[in-house]
Amino acid sequence: MLVLFIIGSLSISAQDTPNDAGGSITLGFSYTAPFVSGEVMRKEDGGEFEKIATVSPSDTHWIDNSAKDGVKYYYQLILTTEEGVVTSEPVSAVSSPQWFHRGRTVMLIMVILICGLILFFIRQARGGKELYIRRIAGLEAVDDAVGRATELGRPVMFIAGIMDIDDLQTIAGLTILRRVAKKTAEYEAQVLMPTSRSLVMTAAQETVKEAYYDAGRPDIFNPDNVFYLTDDQFGFAAGCDGLMVREKPGAIFLMGSFYAESLILAETGHSVGAIQIAGTAMPSQLPFFVTACDYTLIGEEFFAASAYLSKDPLQLGSLKGQDWGKAIFLALILIGAVLSTFGITVVKDLLMVQ
Amino acid sequence: MKRQIPLIITSIVGVVMVVQYFIPRQPFAGLFDTFNRWFLIIAVFALLLGLMNLVRLHVQKLRRRKEGWGYSIILLCGLVATILTGAVWGIGTGSPFDYIFVNMQQPMGATMFALLAFFIASASFRAFRARNVDATLLLIAAVVVMLGRVPIGSLIWNKLPTVAEWIMFYPNMAGQRAIMIGIALGTVSYSLRVILGIERTYLGGE
Repeated sequence: MLVLFIIGSLSISAQDTPNDAGGSITLGFSYTAPFVSGEVMRKEDGGEFEKIATVSPSDTHWIDNSAKDGVKYYYQLILTTEEGVVTSEPVSAVSSPQWFHRGRTVMLIMVILICGLILFFIRQARGGKELYIRRIAGLEAVDDAVGRATELGRPVMFIAGIMDIDDLQTIAGLTILRRVAKKTAEYEAQVLMPTSRSLVMTAAQETVKEAYYDAGRPDIFNPDNVFYLTDDQFGFAAGCDGLMVREKPGAIFLMGSFYAESLILAETGHSVGAIQIAGTAMPSQLPFFVTACDYTLIGEEFFAASAYLSKDPLQLGSLKGQDWGKAIFLALILIGAVLSTFGITVVKDLLMVQ
Repeated sequence: MKRQIPLIITSIVGVVMVVQYFIPRQPFAGLFDTFNRWFLIIAVFALLLGLMNLVRLHVQKLRRRKEGWGYSIILLCGLVATILTGAVWGIGTGSPFDYIFVNMQQPMGATMFALLAFFIASASFRAFRARNVDATLLLIAAVVVMLGRVPIGSLIWNKLPTVAEWIMFYPNMAGQRAIMIGIALGTVSYSLRVILGIERTYLGGE
């Protein structure tokens, strides 16, 4: 509900704040001449106006977050100018919660489209259709790296980043850990895994244990090899560096969410002669890993790892859907760029999300 | 059941988290924050697990006189001293806990961070060797950007800062955005696999 009044050069409007959980009314106002101060007055049906807020000359709107849903409120603005006092006519509005955030319609359409594509290709894969997935060198090298460490008689080291289990990259790292741990168990080697979060330690202990059971070697599983170091970023980096220097792992996997410690870890790993495979979705850390590691899984490759390694048709189908999503985005970017060059911003405006 | 129940919980929570993004009203509003608070509570209890694991491993190392057991004494003493000072005198400014934090923990963290400068130098040295066309291009771009961002760059050629900015804003930005779009789609795809229960490796299943 929108009511607009213009008194001389003072205009005021009141409307239910859009796309919110209710309990809020937005007042918009403008006064062409400068004013010294302003007061926002409010009343309910049959009541008296009361001052609820003050506004300054730089304000163009004010949000009343104390409104109750379903109650009709009347607002009045009283401005003190150098010439005197200007009072607006009362405007009214009723607050209500919304069932859908209209500013996110495009996002919803894109989510449905991308999810639809992924589900379509999963269905195709389930139907037995063979799907081509390009070779990812970093993932092909996983088995070789574990084998090399075993031949050297050294352990394999796995670091799942410094974030907690609520980070999708940590979960993606744990899925790769499972594959690495299984291969390590088959080769009768050990996997060392320092963690910087307790929950990651607990989850990783379970993952490694299951992998050793799957490989038929629960007897060589040592739960103490998956251990907690510290939550502190550089304390964790120092601890991992110390382990690398003392234990001299033959292969190091850096799979997860990393920040400034990425190069500290990767360079130390390089200095001890380990074969290193890194994977992260942190764009700012990728150059460091590309420089210091033998193989790097860049962004989406990292998330594709478990599907790629398992060769499960259902998982591969989701990768295909993801690629089609990329093609759609590419087309939209191209069309948007060409149109924007000619001053037509329709695609750009359409894709704006609040 | 050991795997079915976590899968069901994951699917329900995953769908609810997607839905709450598009529905601003109650009971969906604030759900994200509520779940985050739950996670924090669980994480705090899990911290005790981590602490116990740390103490157990180092006590074990001490008992068995494993290589480097001396460091375990330092770690355990530091752990006990920090917890005790915090518990007895509090953690406010000027307290012994604060003294330990400001004069030991922070400088040690800063030392590790400072090592990054040397690691960047050694990594750059390897990366910028002109072994092939790609590496040569990388070398040229790096030299231009580095020189363009220091005062001597504009003294060598006054257009160098402009070229450096162009490299950063166009080819570099385009590459970064391409990676970020890929990451976003990868995240959607991975999340969908987790929500649908197709991806269950993290629970211990294939």
